[in-house]
Amino acid sequence: MSLRLSCKEASRLISQGMDRRLSLTEGIALRLHVRICDACTRFTSQVKFLRRALKAFPGPDDHEGR
Amino acid sequence: MSPESSAPRSLELERHRPYLLRFALLQLRDRGAAEDAVQDALLAALQGVTSFAGQSSVRTWLVGILKHKIIDSIRKTSRERPLEMRAESEGAEDLETFFVGDGHFSEPPEEWVSPERSLEERRFFEVLERCLQSLPKNTARAFTMREVMGLDTEEICKELGISTSNCWVMLYRARMSLRACLERTWFLAGAAKAG
Repeated sequence: MSLRLSCKEASRLISQGMDRRLSLTEGIALRLHVRICDACTRFTSQVKFLRRALKAFPGPDDHEGR
Repeated sequence: MSPESSAPRSLELERHRPYLLRFALLQLRDRGAAEDAVQDALLAALQGVTSFAGQSSVRTWLVGILKHKIIDSIRKTSRERPLEMRAESEGAEDLETFFVGDGHFSEPPEEWVSPERSLEERRFFEVLERCLQSLPKNTARAFTMREVMGLDTEEICKELGISTSNCWVMLYRARMSLRACLERTWFLAGAAKAG
């Protein structure tokens, strides 16, 4: 795998990084890319936010059960 | 105090039905199957199959039981209709539309203003639900199994009868689509309260 990633490759790794442990090379390549890429930096925090949102689903309830 | 007096009664459990149904529907996408799963969960709760420890909320306890019923239901479907499952997990052509030829985003992710605040708003979860409904059925299932139920990919592949790499593609597709959908219909639609 090349150390130079496109956003397409980087976003795929960002997603997989939430489901499996990335290899050392993948991790390095991803960090190098994200450091200089605003789009992928945002993508990373947004998929993490998705995880928090799904954990909180279905959200606040009017008649909260105790 | 007798043990019965601390156990939640039928009426009290019934109160949670709408909430449980919404939870099951999100993952099963089939009203009949969702209603069955909720019914099974409420029955199991009443029969005290899993006893209420009294430490968590009744709702949390019920959701815990319901999750198992949902997995049972998914397992049944994937056993009965394995082809339907496979068709959706294969191929990643649709993912190409998110990128241009050189691998850059066709529409780069925008800055989201105070996303955490959205988690306090009911309307946000309605938008999220609509975005989830716009995903292909099994993609949504794999994603909710991962993110709502917290199963790992190996368990999800096993239940859905697909390969690990197909599973990763489905989860990736779900994240790409949901992210774009939330951005379009919530964060940039002026629906989110500015921080």
